[in-house]
Amino acid sequence: MKVLSIALNTFRENLRDKLLYNLLIFALLMIGSSLLLMRLTLGEFHRLLLDIGLGSVNIFSVLIAIFVGIGLVSKEIDKKTIYTIVSKPVARFEFLLGKFLGLTITLFVNMLIMTAALLVVLMAQSVPIEAVLFKAIGLILLECMVVTAVALLCSTFTSATLSAIFTLAIYVIGHLTADLKTFGQKMEGFGRSVLEGMYYLLPNLERFNLKGHVTHQLDVPLNELALIVAYGMAYTAFLLLLASVIFQRRDFR
Amino acid sequence: MPNSDFVIKTEQLSKIFKVGFWGRRVTAVDGLSLDVHRGEVFGFLGPNGAGKTTTIKMLMGLIYPTSGTASIFGHPIGDPQAKAKLGFLPESPYFYDYLTGSEFLRFYGHLFGLWGSTLEKRVDELLDTVGMSHARDLQLRKFSKGMLQRVGIAQALINDPELVVLDEPMSGLDPIGRKEVRDLILRLKESGKTVMFSSHILHDAEMLCDRVAMIMKGKLVACGPVSELIAQGTTHEVEMVIDRLLPEALERIRPLAGKVVLQGERVMVVLTSQQAVDQALCVIHAAKAKLVALTPHKASLEDLFIREANVIQSTKEAPVS
Repeated sequence: MKVLSIALNTFRENLRDKLLYNLLIFALLMIGSSLLLMRLTLGEFHRLLLDIGLGSVNIFSVLIAIFVGIGLVSKEIDKKTIYTIVSKPVARFEFLLGKFLGLTITLFVNMLIMTAALLVVLMAQSVPIEAVLFKAIGLILLECMVVTAVALLCSTFTSATLSAIFTLAIYVIGHLTADLKTFGQKMEGFGRSVLEGMYYLLPNLERFNLKGHVTHQLDVPLNELALIVAYGMAYTAFLLLLASVIFQRRDFR
Repeated sequence: MPNSDFVIKTEQLSKIFKVGFWGRRVTAVDGLSLDVHRGEVFGFLGPNGAGKTTTIKMLMGLIYPTSGTASIFGHPIGDPQAKAKLGFLPESPYFYDYLTGSEFLRFYGHLFGLWGSTLEKRVDELLDTVGMSHARDLQLRKFSKGMLQRVGIAQALINDPELVVLDEPMSGLDPIGRKEVRDLILRLKESGKTVMFSSHILHDAEMLCDRVAMIMKGKLVACGPVSELIAQGTTHEVEMVIDRLLPEALERIRPLAGKVVLQGERVMVVLTSQQAVDQALCVIHAAKAKLVALTPHKASLEDLFIREANVIQSTKEAPVS
Protein backbone atom coordinates (compact mmCIF):
# COMPACT_ATOMS: atom_id res chain seq x y z
CA MET A 1 0.00 0.00 0.00
CA LYS A 2 2.84 2.41 0.79
CA VAL A 3 4.39 1.64 -2.58
CA LEU A 4 1.06 2.34 -4.23
CA SER A 5 0.56 5.67 -2.50
CA ILE A 6 4.07 6.77 -3.46
CA ALA A 7 3.34 5.61 -7.02
CA LEU A 8 0.06 7.54 -7.16
CA ASN A 9 1.73 10.60 -5.71
CA THR A 10 4.43 10.37 -8.39
CA PHE A 11 1.76 9.97 -11.05
CA ARG A 12 0.00 13.05 -9.71
CA GLU A 13 3.29 14.95 -9.71
CA ASN A 14 3.88 13.98 -13.34
CA LEU A 15 0.35 15.01 -14.31
CA ARG A 16 0.98 18.46 -12.87
CA ASP A 17 4.31 18.83 -14.67
CA LYS A 18 4.45 20.94 -17.82
CA LEU A 19 7.25 18.85 -19.36
CA LEU A 20 4.89 15.94 -19.81
CA TYR A 21 2.32 17.98 -21.69
CA ASN A 22 4.93 19.53 -23.96
CA LEU A 23 6.20 16.09 -24.94
CA LEU A 24 2.70 14.72 -25.35
CA ILE A 25 1.59 17.61 -27.59
CA PHE A 26 4.69 17.16 -29.73
CA ALA A 27 3.98 13.46 -30.04
CA LEU A 28 0.40 14.09 -31.09
CA LEU A 29 1.57 16.70 -33.61
CA MET A 30 4.06 14.21 -35.06
CA ILE A 31 1.42 11.53 -35.39
CA GLY A 32 -0.93 14.05 -37.03
CA SER A 33 1.81 15.33 -39.34
CA SER A 34 2.13 11.88 -40.89
CA LEU A 35 -1.12 12.70 -42.68
CA LEU A 36 0.58 15.68 -44.34
CA LEU A 37 3.74 13.76 -45.17
CA MET A 38 1.66 11.05 -46.75
CA ARG A 39 0.61 13.49 -49.45
CA LEU A 40 4.26 14.00 -50.39
CA THR A 41 4.97 10.29 -50.74
CA LEU A 42 4.58 8.01 -53.67
CA GLY A 43 2.87 4.76 -52.67
CA GLU A 44 3.42 2.84 -49.38
CA PHE A 45 1.12 5.25 -47.53
CA HIS A 46 0.25 2.69 -44.92
CA ARG A 47 3.85 1.96 -44.19
CA LEU A 48 4.62 5.64 -43.73
CA LEU A 49 1.71 6.18 -41.37
CA LEU A 50 2.67 3.20 -39.23
CA ASP A 51 6.38 4.09 -39.29
CA ILE A 52 5.92 7.69 -38.21
CA GLY A 53 3.13 6.86 -35.78
CA LEU A 54 4.95 4.08 -33.95
CA GLY A 55 8.23 5.99 -34.13
CA SER A 56 6.60 8.98 -32.43
CA VAL A 57 5.05 6.86 -29.70
CA ASN A 58 8.44 5.24 -29.15
CA ILE A 59 10.64 8.36 -29.16
CA PHE A 60 8.36 10.48 -27.00
CA SER A 61 7.75 7.70 -24.48
CA VAL A 62 11.49 7.13 -24.19
CA LEU A 63 12.06 10.88 -23.78
CA ILE A 64 9.51 10.95 -20.95
CA ALA A 65 11.11 7.86 -19.40
CA ILE A 66 14.57 9.45 -19.49
CA PHE A 67 13.80 13.02 -18.56
CA VAL A 68 11.17 12.32 -15.93
CA GLY A 69 13.05 9.21 -14.82
CA ILE A 70 16.29 11.00 -13.96
CA GLY A 71 14.36 13.44 -11.76
CA LEU A 72 12.36 10.77 -9.91
CA VAL A 73 14.91 10.38 -7.13
CA SER A 74 17.36 13.25 -7.64
CA LYS A 75 14.58 15.84 -7.44
CA GLU A 76 13.40 14.36 -4.15
CA ILE A 77 16.94 14.57 -2.79
CA ASP A 78 17.61 18.08 -4.13
CA LYS A 79 14.31 19.41 -2.86
CA LYS A 80 14.79 17.52 0.41
CA THR A 81 11.30 16.08 0.18
CA ILE A 82 12.86 12.68 0.73
CA TYR A 83 13.62 13.61 4.36
CA THR A 84 9.97 13.42 5.27
CA ILE A 85 9.51 10.09 3.44
CA VAL A 86 12.53 8.16 4.68
CA SER A 87 11.84 9.26 8.27
CA LYS A 88 8.40 7.63 8.02
CA PRO A 89 8.08 3.84 8.31
CA VAL A 90 8.86 3.41 4.61
CA ALA A 91 11.75 1.22 3.52
CA ARG A 92 14.02 2.81 0.97
CA PHE A 93 13.33 0.12 -1.61
CA GLU A 94 9.60 0.76 -1.20
CA PHE A 95 10.25 4.39 -2.04
CA LEU A 96 12.22 3.47 -5.18
CA LEU A 97 9.63 0.96 -6.27
CA GLY A 98 6.85 3.51 -5.75
CA LYS A 99 8.65 6.12 -7.82
CA PHE A 100 9.27 3.56 -10.56
CA LEU A 101 5.65 2.40 -10.61
CA GLY A 102 4.44 6.00 -10.63
CA LEU A 103 6.35 6.78 -13.79
CA THR A 104 5.25 3.49 -15.33
CA ILE A 105 1.62 4.48 -14.74
CA THR A 106 2.35 7.89 -16.30
CA LEU A 107 3.96 6.25 -19.33
CA PHE A 108 1.06 3.85 -19.66
CA VAL A 109 -1.53 6.65 -19.63
CA ASN A 110 0.53 8.67 -22.10
CA MET A 111 0.84 5.74 -24.42
CA LEU A 112 -2.91 5.17 -24.24
CA ILE A 113 -3.45 8.74 -25.45
CA MET A 114 -0.81 8.47 -28.18
CA THR A 115 -2.12 5.09 -29.29
CA ALA A 116 -5.64 6.48 -29.46
CA ALA A 117 -4.39 9.30 -31.69
CA LEU A 118 -2.51 6.81 -33.86
CA LEU A 119 -5.59 4.60 -34.21
CA VAL A 120 -7.69 7.61 -35.24
CA VAL A 121 -5.15 8.47 -37.96
CA LEU A 122 -4.93 4.86 -39.14
CA MET A 123 -8.68 4.39 -39.21
CA ALA A 124 -9.19 7.69 -41.02
CA GLN A 125 -6.93 6.38 -43.76
CA SER A 126 -8.51 2.92 -43.54
CA VAL A 127 -5.23 1.21 -42.77
CA PRO A 128 -5.87 -2.35 -41.55
CA ILE A 129 -5.11 -2.60 -37.81
CA GLU A 130 -3.45 -5.86 -36.80
CA ALA A 131 -2.71 -7.46 -33.44
CA VAL A 132 1.02 -7.04 -33.93
CA LEU A 133 0.56 -3.26 -33.66
CA PHE A 134 -0.58 -3.64 -30.05
CA LYS A 135 2.19 -6.09 -29.32
CA ALA A 136 4.66 -3.53 -30.67
CA ILE A 137 3.19 -0.79 -28.46
CA GLY A 138 3.26 -3.12 -25.45
CA LEU A 139 6.94 -3.75 -26.03
CA ILE A 140 7.58 0.00 -26.32
CA LEU A 141 6.15 0.30 -22.80
CA LEU A 142 8.45 -2.50 -21.66
CA GLU A 143 11.44 -0.79 -23.29
CA CYS A 144 10.48 2.42 -21.46
CA MET A 145 10.36 0.50 -18.18
CA VAL A 146 13.91 -0.72 -18.75
CA VAL A 147 15.00 2.84 -19.65
CA THR A 148 13.24 4.22 -16.55
CA ALA A 149 15.03 1.66 -14.40
CA VAL A 150 18.36 2.70 -15.96
CA ALA A 151 17.55 6.37 -15.25
CA LEU A 152 16.51 5.52 -11.70
CA LEU A 153 19.67 3.51 -11.11
CA CYS A 154 21.86 6.36 -12.40
CA SER A 155 20.07 8.93 -10.29
CA THR A 156 20.72 6.96 -7.10
CA PHE A 157 24.42 7.70 -7.35
CA THR A 158 24.96 10.70 -9.60
CA SER A 159 23.55 14.10 -10.56
CA ALA A 160 20.57 14.65 -12.85
CA THR A 161 22.73 15.85 -15.76
CA LEU A 162 25.09 12.90 -15.62
CA SER A 163 22.13 10.54 -15.21
CA ALA A 164 20.58 11.96 -18.39
CA ILE A 165 23.84 11.49 -20.29
CA PHE A 166 24.36 7.92 -19.01
CA THR A 167 20.77 6.93 -19.70
CA LEU A 168 20.79 8.37 -23.21
CA ALA A 169 24.10 6.62 -23.89
CA ILE A 170 22.75 3.30 -22.64
CA TYR A 171 19.62 3.81 -24.74
CA VAL A 172 21.69 4.34 -27.89
CA ILE A 173 24.14 1.51 -27.13
CA GLY A 174 21.18 -0.69 -26.17
CA HIS A 175 19.96 -0.46 -29.73
CA LEU A 176 23.39 -1.28 -31.14
CA THR A 177 24.38 -4.28 -29.01
CA ALA A 178 24.14 -6.61 -32.03
CA ASP A 179 26.91 -4.53 -33.61
CA LEU A 180 28.96 -4.90 -30.44
CA LYS A 181 28.73 -8.66 -30.77
CA THR A 182 29.61 -8.65 -34.47
CA PHE A 183 32.52 -6.33 -33.77
CA GLY A 184 33.66 -8.56 -30.90
CA GLN A 185 33.62 -11.64 -33.08
CA LYS A 186 36.08 -9.97 -35.40
CA MET A 187 38.50 -9.38 -32.54
CA GLU A 188 40.55 -11.74 -30.47
CA GLY A 189 41.59 -12.19 -26.85
CA PHE A 190 40.86 -9.48 -24.31
CA GLY A 191 39.01 -7.10 -26.69
CA ARG A 192 36.69 -9.88 -27.66
CA SER A 193 35.89 -10.77 -24.04
CA VAL A 194 35.21 -7.12 -23.20
CA LEU A 195 32.84 -6.60 -26.12
CA GLU A 196 31.05 -9.88 -25.50
CA GLY A 197 30.76 -9.02 -21.82
CA MET A 198 29.22 -5.67 -22.76
CA TYR A 199 26.84 -7.41 -25.15
CA TYR A 200 25.46 -9.57 -22.37
CA LEU A 201 25.55 -6.89 -19.66
CA LEU A 202 23.88 -4.01 -21.53
CA PRO A 203 20.16 -4.15 -22.25
CA ASN A 204 19.41 -5.40 -25.74
CA LEU A 205 16.75 -2.82 -26.52
CA GLU A 206 16.48 -3.88 -30.14
CA ARG A 207 14.62 -6.96 -28.85
CA PHE A 208 11.69 -4.68 -27.96
CA ASN A 209 11.52 -3.20 -31.45
CA LEU A 210 8.67 -4.70 -33.48
CA LYS A 211 8.18 -1.74 -35.81
CA GLY A 212 9.54 -3.74 -38.75
CA HIS A 213 7.06 -6.51 -38.02
CA VAL A 214 4.18 -4.04 -37.93
CA THR A 215 4.99 -2.34 -41.22
CA HIS A 216 5.54 -5.67 -42.97
CA GLN A 217 2.50 -7.17 -41.25
CA LEU A 218 4.48 -10.04 -39.76
CA ASP A 219 3.03 -11.45 -36.57
CA VAL A 220 5.20 -12.44 -33.61
CA PRO A 221 4.38 -15.84 -32.09
CA LEU A 222 3.26 -15.67 -28.45
CA ASN A 223 6.07 -17.84 -27.10
CA GLU A 224 8.63 -15.49 -28.62
CA LEU A 225 6.75 -12.52 -27.21
CA ALA A 226 6.66 -14.14 -23.76
CA LEU A 227 10.43 -14.58 -23.90
CA ILE A 228 10.95 -10.90 -24.74
CA VAL A 229 8.59 -9.85 -21.95
CA ALA A 230 10.39 -12.12 -19.48
CA TYR A 231 13.73 -10.65 -20.58
CA GLY A 232 12.44 -7.07 -20.12
CA MET A 233 10.94 -7.81 -16.71
CA ALA A 234 14.02 -9.63 -15.46
CA TYR A 235 16.32 -6.86 -16.67
CA THR A 236 14.13 -4.19 -15.01
CA ALA A 237 14.02 -6.17 -11.77
CA PHE A 238 17.81 -6.54 -11.81
CA LEU A 239 18.29 -2.78 -12.31
CA LEU A 240 15.82 -1.93 -9.54
CA LEU A 241 17.54 -4.34 -7.19
CA LEU A 242 20.91 -2.76 -7.95
CA ALA A 243 19.40 0.71 -7.47
CA SER A 244 17.94 -0.37 -4.10
CA VAL A 245 21.30 -1.70 -2.90
CA ILE A 246 23.01 1.61 -3.75
CA PHE A 247 20.13 3.69 -2.41
CA GLN A 248 20.04 1.75 0.86
CA ARG A 249 23.63 2.74 1.65
CA ARG A 250 23.27 6.36 0.69
CA ASP A 251 23.48 9.31 3.11
CA PHE A 252 20.99 12.10 2.44
CA ARG A 253 23.08 15.15 3.26
CA MET B 1 5.65 13.64 33.85
CA PRO B 2 8.03 11.76 36.11
CA ASN B 3 9.05 8.91 33.93
CA SER B 4 12.65 7.92 33.75
CA ASP B 5 12.72 5.86 30.58
CA PHE B 6 14.55 7.20 27.62
CA VAL B 7 12.89 8.08 24.36
CA ILE B 8 16.15 8.84 22.60
CA LYS B 9 19.53 7.57 23.72
CA THR B 10 22.76 8.07 21.85
CA GLU B 11 26.13 6.66 22.81
CA GLN B 12 29.37 7.98 21.35
CA LEU B 13 27.55 8.86 18.16
CA SER B 14 29.94 10.16 15.50
CA LYS B 15 29.71 11.13 11.89
CA ILE B 16 32.65 11.78 9.63
CA PHE B 17 31.88 13.07 6.16
CA LYS B 18 34.23 12.68 3.27
CA VAL B 19 34.21 15.83 1.21
CA GLY B 20 35.74 16.85 -2.07
CA PHE B 21 37.52 14.83 -4.70
CA TRP B 22 40.19 13.52 -2.34
CA GLY B 23 37.69 12.55 0.34
CA ARG B 24 38.98 14.93 3.00
CA ARG B 25 37.53 13.81 6.34
CA VAL B 26 35.40 16.30 8.21
CA THR B 27 34.03 15.41 11.62
CA ALA B 28 30.47 16.70 11.88
CA VAL B 29 29.48 14.94 15.10
CA ASP B 30 32.06 13.73 17.57
CA GLY B 31 31.27 11.15 20.25
CA LEU B 32 27.86 12.50 21.17
CA SER B 33 26.13 10.82 24.10
CA LEU B 34 22.78 12.15 25.25
CA ASP B 35 19.36 11.04 26.44
CA VAL B 36 15.93 12.50 25.90
CA HIS B 37 13.42 11.53 28.58
CA ARG B 38 9.78 10.72 28.04
CA GLY B 39 7.40 13.67 28.21
CA GLU B 40 9.99 16.44 28.19
CA VAL B 41 10.71 19.28 25.82
CA PHE B 42 14.33 18.88 24.89
CA GLY B 43 16.27 21.68 23.25
CA PHE B 44 19.18 20.82 21.03
CA LEU B 45 21.26 23.95 20.78
CA GLY B 46 24.35 25.09 19.04
CA PRO B 47 25.64 27.60 16.54
CA ASN B 48 25.19 27.11 12.80
CA GLY B 49 27.27 24.20 11.59
CA ALA B 50 27.65 22.67 15.05
CA GLY B 51 26.25 19.31 13.94
CA LYS B 52 22.64 19.64 15.11
CA THR B 53 21.06 18.75 11.79
CA THR B 54 23.56 15.94 11.19
CA THR B 55 22.66 14.42 14.56
CA ILE B 56 18.94 14.71 13.88
CA LYS B 57 19.39 13.18 10.42
CA MET B 58 21.21 10.25 11.99
CA LEU B 59 18.36 9.78 14.46
CA MET B 60 15.83 9.89 11.61
CA GLY B 61 17.72 7.27 9.59
CA LEU B 62 18.61 9.68 6.79
CA ILE B 63 22.34 9.28 7.22
CA TYR B 64 24.31 6.50 8.83
CA PRO B 65 26.58 7.11 11.84
CA THR B 66 30.29 6.45 11.27
CA SER B 67 30.50 5.02 14.79
CA GLY B 68 28.51 4.85 17.99
CA THR B 69 24.93 3.81 18.53
CA ALA B 70 21.58 5.44 19.01
CA SER B 71 18.14 4.15 19.83
CA ILE B 72 14.63 5.54 19.77
CA PHE B 73 12.06 3.92 22.09
CA GLY B 74 14.66 1.21 22.62
CA HIS B 75 14.76 0.31 18.92
CA PRO B 76 17.87 0.93 16.85
CA ILE B 77 17.61 4.01 14.64
CA GLY B 78 15.97 3.39 11.30
CA ASP B 79 13.77 0.64 12.74
CA PRO B 80 10.23 0.90 11.31
CA GLN B 81 8.76 0.34 14.79
CA ALA B 82 10.57 3.43 16.04
CA LYS B 83 9.65 5.43 12.93
CA ALA B 84 5.97 4.58 13.41
CA LYS B 85 5.98 6.44 16.74
CA LEU B 86 7.80 9.57 15.67
CA GLY B 87 7.08 12.71 13.72
CA PHE B 88 9.77 14.76 12.02
CA LEU B 89 9.90 18.27 10.61
CA PRO B 90 13.11 18.87 8.63
CA GLU B 91 14.98 22.16 8.58
CA SER B 92 13.56 24.73 6.12
CA PRO B 93 11.21 22.14 4.75
CA TYR B 94 10.53 21.70 1.08
CA PHE B 95 7.45 19.76 0.17
CA TYR B 96 5.63 18.51 -2.86
CA ASP B 97 4.54 21.90 -4.12
CA TYR B 98 2.09 20.47 -6.65
CA LEU B 99 -0.09 19.05 -3.87
CA THR B 100 -2.80 20.92 -2.05
CA GLY B 101 -2.79 21.18 1.73
CA SER B 102 -5.18 18.28 2.23
CA GLU B 103 -3.66 16.05 -0.50
CA PHE B 104 -0.30 16.60 1.12
CA LEU B 105 -1.45 15.41 4.54
CA ARG B 106 -3.42 12.54 3.06
CA PHE B 107 -0.29 11.30 1.27
CA TYR B 108 1.67 11.18 4.52
CA GLY B 109 -1.27 9.52 6.23
CA HIS B 110 -1.17 6.73 3.63
CA LEU B 111 2.47 6.11 4.50
CA PHE B 112 1.32 5.23 8.02
CA GLY B 113 -1.42 3.02 6.70
CA LEU B 114 -4.19 5.53 7.40
CA TRP B 115 -7.04 5.51 4.88
CA GLY B 116 -10.68 6.44 4.56
CA SER B 117 -12.71 8.36 7.10
CA THR B 118 -10.13 7.98 9.90
CA LEU B 119 -7.61 9.76 7.71
CA GLU B 120 -10.07 12.45 6.57
CA LYS B 121 -10.91 13.20 10.18
CA ARG B 122 -7.26 13.38 11.13
CA VAL B 123 -6.46 15.69 8.19
CA ASP B 124 -9.28 18.08 9.14
CA GLU B 125 -8.20 18.05 12.79
CA LEU B 126 -4.58 18.78 11.94
CA LEU B 127 -5.33 21.54 9.46
CA ASP B 128 -7.42 23.08 12.20
CA THR B 129 -4.70 22.61 14.85
CA VAL B 130 -2.12 24.46 12.75
CA GLY B 131 -4.66 27.04 11.59
CA MET B 132 -4.54 26.07 7.94
CA SER B 133 -8.12 24.97 7.29
CA HIS B 134 -8.51 27.79 4.79
CA ALA B 135 -5.67 26.44 2.65
CA ARG B 136 -6.80 22.85 2.33
CA ASP B 137 -7.41 23.17 -1.41
CA LEU B 138 -4.53 25.51 -2.18
CA GLN B 139 -1.40 24.11 -3.83
CA LEU B 140 1.70 24.24 -1.64
CA ARG B 141 3.57 26.27 -4.28
CA LYS B 142 1.34 29.21 -3.32
CA PHE B 143 2.09 28.91 0.40
CA SER B 144 4.19 31.45 2.32
CA LYS B 145 7.11 30.22 4.40
CA GLY B 146 5.07 30.40 7.57
CA MET B 147 2.26 28.39 5.99
CA LEU B 148 4.73 25.75 4.78
CA GLN B 149 6.16 25.47 8.26
CA ARG B 150 2.67 24.93 9.63
CA VAL B 151 1.67 22.17 7.21
CA GLY B 152 5.13 20.77 7.83
CA ILE B 153 4.32 20.51 11.50
CA ALA B 154 0.94 19.01 10.60
CA GLN B 155 2.61 16.26 8.53
CA ALA B 156 4.90 15.52 11.47
CA LEU B 157 1.81 14.94 13.63
CA ILE B 158 -0.25 12.89 11.17
CA ASN B 159 0.44 9.61 12.98
CA ASP B 160 -0.20 11.09 16.43
CA PRO B 161 3.45 10.43 17.32
CA GLU B 162 4.81 9.96 20.82
CA LEU B 163 8.01 11.75 19.89
CA VAL B 164 8.14 14.87 17.74
CA VAL B 165 11.50 15.99 16.37
CA LEU B 166 11.61 19.48 14.92
CA ASP B 167 14.73 20.78 13.19
CA GLU B 168 14.91 24.57 13.52
CA PRO B 169 11.14 24.97 13.73
CA MET B 170 11.34 28.70 14.39
CA SER B 171 13.86 29.76 11.77
CA GLY B 172 12.56 32.14 9.16
CA LEU B 173 9.29 32.78 10.96
CA ASP B 174 7.99 36.19 12.02
CA PRO B 175 7.37 36.86 15.74
CA ILE B 176 3.73 35.75 15.47
CA GLY B 177 4.70 32.55 13.70
CA ARG B 178 7.33 31.85 16.32
CA LYS B 179 4.86 32.34 19.13
CA GLU B 180 2.46 29.95 17.43
CA VAL B 181 5.16 27.30 17.14
CA ARG B 182 6.04 27.81 20.81
CA ASP B 183 2.41 27.43 21.82
CA LEU B 184 2.12 24.31 19.72
CA ILE B 185 5.20 22.77 21.35
CA LEU B 186 3.71 23.48 24.78
CA ARG B 187 0.39 21.94 23.72
CA LEU B 188 2.25 18.82 22.57
CA LYS B 189 4.00 18.62 25.92
CA GLU B 190 0.68 18.98 27.73
CA SER B 191 -0.74 16.08 25.78
CA GLY B 192 2.13 13.92 27.02
CA LYS B 193 4.34 13.91 23.96
CA THR B 194 8.10 14.19 23.95
CA VAL B 195 9.43 17.03 21.86
CA MET B 196 13.00 17.47 20.72
CA PHE B 197 13.82 20.56 18.75
CA SER B 198 17.00 22.13 17.54
CA SER B 199 17.55 25.83 17.50
CA HIS B 200 20.17 28.49 17.55
CA ILE B 201 17.68 30.94 18.99
CA LEU B 202 18.40 30.56 22.68
CA HIS B 203 15.58 32.70 23.91
CA ASP B 204 13.01 30.24 22.54
CA ALA B 205 14.79 27.31 24.11
CA GLU B 206 14.99 29.01 27.48
CA MET B 207 11.26 29.60 27.50
CA LEU B 208 10.23 26.14 26.34
CA CYS B 209 12.70 23.48 27.34
CA ASP B 210 12.84 21.26 30.37
CA ARG B 211 16.34 20.24 29.43
CA VAL B 212 18.78 21.32 26.80
CA ALA B 213 21.94 19.98 25.22
CA MET B 214 24.43 22.33 23.71
CA ILE B 215 26.78 21.17 21.01
CA MET B 216 29.68 22.94 19.39
CA LYS B 217 31.85 21.66 16.60
CA GLY B 218 30.14 18.30 16.91
CA LYS B 219 30.89 17.86 20.61
CA LEU B 220 28.49 18.00 23.52
CA VAL B 221 29.52 20.90 25.74
CA ALA B 222 26.61 21.04 28.17
CA CYS B 223 23.50 19.04 28.91
CA GLY B 224 20.91 19.32 31.64
CA PRO B 225 17.94 21.28 32.97
CA VAL B 226 17.98 24.89 31.80
CA SER B 227 18.04 26.36 35.33
CA GLU B 228 21.02 24.21 36.35
CA LEU B 229 22.99 25.08 33.27
CA ILE B 230 22.41 28.78 33.73
CA ALA B 231 23.41 28.63 37.39
CA GLN B 232 26.63 26.73 36.66
CA GLY B 233 29.54 29.08 37.12
CA THR B 234 27.63 32.06 35.87
CA THR B 235 28.17 35.29 37.78
CA HIS B 236 25.18 37.48 38.38
CA GLU B 237 25.96 40.93 37.11
CA VAL B 238 24.49 44.15 38.39
CA GLU B 239 24.54 47.30 36.33
CA MET B 240 24.54 50.68 38.10
CA VAL B 241 23.96 54.07 36.55
CA ILE B 242 25.15 56.97 38.67
CA ASP B 243 24.88 60.73 38.20
CA ARG B 244 27.10 63.44 39.72
CA LEU B 245 29.82 61.04 40.77
CA LEU B 246 32.95 62.94 41.72
CA PRO B 247 36.25 61.70 40.23
CA GLU B 248 37.68 60.63 43.60
CA ALA B 249 34.56 58.60 44.36
CA LEU B 250 34.77 57.06 40.91
CA GLU B 251 38.35 56.03 41.62
CA ARG B 252 37.12 54.20 44.74
CA ILE B 253 34.48 52.38 42.77
CA ARG B 254 36.69 51.52 39.81
CA PRO B 255 38.57 48.63 41.56
CA LEU B 256 35.22 47.05 42.50
CA ALA B 257 33.76 47.20 39.02
CA GLY B 258 34.14 44.87 36.10
CA LYS B 259 33.47 47.60 33.62
CA VAL B 260 33.18 51.39 33.84
CA VAL B 261 31.67 53.52 31.11
CA LEU B 262 31.63 57.32 31.27
CA GLN B 263 28.79 59.07 29.48
CA GLY B 264 29.32 62.79 30.18
CA GLU B 265 28.03 63.44 33.72
CA ARG B 266 26.75 59.92 33.97
CA VAL B 267 28.71 56.82 34.92
CA MET B 268 27.71 53.26 34.19
CA VAL B 269 29.45 50.52 36.17
CA VAL B 270 29.01 46.79 36.03
CA LEU B 271 29.57 44.88 39.26
CA THR B 272 29.88 41.17 39.57
CA SER B 273 29.37 40.39 43.25
CA GLN B 274 26.94 41.34 45.96
CA GLN B 275 29.81 42.53 48.12
CA ALA B 276 30.98 44.92 45.39
CA VAL B 277 27.44 46.24 45.03
CA ASP B 278 27.19 46.94 48.77
CA GLN B 279 30.55 48.72 48.81
CA ALA B 280 29.70 50.78 45.75
CA LEU B 281 26.39 51.81 47.30
CA CYS B 282 28.26 53.03 50.40
CA VAL B 283 30.64 55.08 48.25
CA ILE B 284 27.76 56.61 46.30
CA HIS B 285 25.93 57.45 49.49
CA ALA B 286 29.00 59.02 51.09
CA ALA B 287 29.80 61.02 47.95
CA LYS B 288 26.20 62.24 47.76
CA ALA B 289 25.98 61.07 44.19
CA LYS B 290 22.66 60.09 42.65
CA LEU B 291 21.90 56.46 41.86
CA VAL B 292 19.78 56.55 38.70
CA ALA B 293 19.35 52.84 38.04
CA LEU B 294 20.36 49.51 39.50
CA THR B 295 19.66 46.65 37.17
CA PRO B 296 20.42 43.03 38.03
CA HIS B 297 21.28 41.04 34.87
CA LYS B 298 19.75 37.64 34.88
CA ALA B 299 22.10 35.03 33.51
CA SER B 300 20.79 33.40 30.37
CA LEU B 301 21.57 30.49 28.13
CA GLU B 302 23.19 33.00 25.87
CA ASP B 303 25.90 33.67 28.46
CA LEU B 304 26.59 29.97 28.71
CA PHE B 305 26.56 29.67 24.94
CA ILE B 306 29.05 32.46 24.45
CA ARG B 307 31.25 31.23 27.28
CA GLU B 308 31.39 27.74 25.77
CA ALA B 309 32.01 29.17 22.33
CA ASN B 310 34.94 31.15 23.74
CA VAL B 311 36.36 28.06 25.42
CA ILE B 312 36.28 26.19 22.12
CA GLN B 313 37.76 29.18 20.34
CA SER B 314 40.61 29.56 22.84
CA THR B 315 41.56 25.88 22.68
CA LYS B 316 41.94 26.17 18.93
CA GLU B 317 43.47 29.61 18.58
CA ALA B 318 45.62 32.03 20.51
CA PRO B 319 43.65 34.02 23.08
CA VAL B 320 41.81 36.92 21.54
CA SER B 321 42.61 40.26 23.14
